[in-house]
Amino acid sequence: MLILTCPYCGIRCDETELAPGGEAHLKRFGPGSTDEAFEAYLFERENPMGVHFERWRHAYGCGRWFLAARDTVTLEVFGTYKAQMPEPPEEIVAAIRARRPEWEGRA
Amino acid sequence: MRRYSAFAIAREALRHHQGWERAWRSPEPKKRYKVIVIGAGGHGLATAYYLGKNHGIRDIAVLDKGWLGGGNTGRNTTIIRSNYLQDPSAAIYEKARSLYETFSLDLNYNGMFSPRGVLMLAQTHHEVRGYQRTAHANALQGVETEFVGPERVKEIVPIINIEGPRYPVLGGLWQPRGGTARHDAIAWGYARACSGMGMDIIQKCAVTGVRSEGGKVTGVTTTRGDIDCEKLAIVVAGHSGHLADMAGFRLPIESVALQALVSEPIKPCMDCVVMANTVHGYMSQSDKGEMVIGGGADGHNNYTQRGSFLHVEETVRALVETFPMISRLKMLRQWGGIVDMTGDRSPILSKTPLGNCFINCGWGTGGFKAIPGSGWAMAELVAKGEPGPLAAEFGLDRFREGRFIDESVAAGVAH
Repeated sequence: MLILTCPYCGIRCDETELAPGGEAHLKRFGPGSTDEAFEAYLFERENPMGVHFERWRHAYGCGRWFLAARDTVTLEVFGTYKAQMPEPPEEIVAAIRARRPEWEGRA
Repeated sequence: MRRYSAFAIAREALRHHQGWERAWRSPEPKKRYKVIVIGAGGHGLATAYYLGKNHGIRDIAVLDKGWLGGGNTGRNTTIIRSNYLQDPSAAIYEKARSLYETFSLDLNYNGMFSPRGVLMLAQTHHEVRGYQRTAHANALQGVETEFVGPERVKEIVPIINIEGPRYPVLGGLWQPRGGTARHDAIAWGYARACSGMGMDIIQKCAVTGVRSEGGKVTGVTTTRGDIDCEKLAIVVAGHSGHLADMAGFRLPIESVALQALVSEPIKPCMDCVVMANTVHGYMSQSDKGEMVIGGGADGHNNYTQRGSFLHVEETVRALVETFPMISRLKMLRQWGGIVDMTGDRSPILSKTPLGNCFINCGWGTGGFKAIPGSGWAMAELVAKGEPGPLAAEFGLDRFREGRFIDESVAAGVAH
């Protein structure tokens, strides 16, 4: 069972308490952008084998959105952080580097 | 390749079964092929088979990082149906279903296709209207389906509880010519036929890189050396994003785990496939007597081939409610496969930014039923460089142009 800690209320939630929300840190494109950029924003995903940043909602708790860094192959969780962060915070990146020295960073 | 027949069994019975050949060869890879197909699952092998059979291209290597048919082909619940709402989906799935009907004859290999009927339960008024609409659409598409009432549902599936506590059964969409097949045999049958046509099936050969020059693929790098090719077909389901990354383009795909389980074997009690999409579980009985059970996919990206425990619980809860008699059955085994989900839950059969590289992916949770049709359409795409009528609507450009084939709305669930 996947267990994530909600960065707002500090509760360790198991998966049944959470709603997944897909890839995090997407750059939004809308009116005025090219078709390519709009398509990429709507549909194209990193879908990596390995380190993945993703959105979750503490659906059966405080109800807030937060972000998590997780390995999609081992299911290891590197940490969670607040949804307002435009990029993963340093301590999360450090936690990933400590466990995955070969990680190339976010594309 | 020697044909299988009643005579062959008699002949081998008289000589202690010493004369059976291996079903397919395991050759060393050559330096160069006309076509390389990455992925020796059902879709990849069917692609190679129809390239040989329909288009006369036999200089083909089918590469797989593991053993053939060891991915989703060996991990699904073997359901075959074609009762789709949208025309492009109904066309390709119906093509596949009709090819399954003649699979054993065509390939001289027993695919054990069993047209036992597929029943999709309607348990809300919304679903009743949805399935009535699908039945009408199917009538126009030439797919034989029928909307039936609750009494007929009980007649078809005596073990069902049509007066469930949460969602009583209000009717169902019945496709009498849908059913199941032996999933491994489908992969093995295609593999044997491909090998018989002189194609090389190379197992335990992981592709580690795609080499290209001037916008065209020149070959692939593998754990067994470099192999050149004129055309490349990527048919790797859950790992499509990973392969696309090697080839230098991105896909509108996310990979998640979908799991299935079987119960201990019991005496025959259900002779069709039942899908309950509102409570979300589906079940059929295998020839060995096990109840074959599937349900929802994970909501988060992963490549674990296990799946979350909560989905087992959700699926079993849904089915116990629908079939109270299974409540005391023990679970025998559980497993997962990595499925590739697209934005509109419809597959991708497409050209790619690389001129001579083609991709077949995005079958999501419903790929097994499509294997022959998918291979047929993909072979045409690879051979001619342009999609034929079956694949035309499934191009990657549909996401840019907003031409979705929106089965996720039509089905309401994974399909």
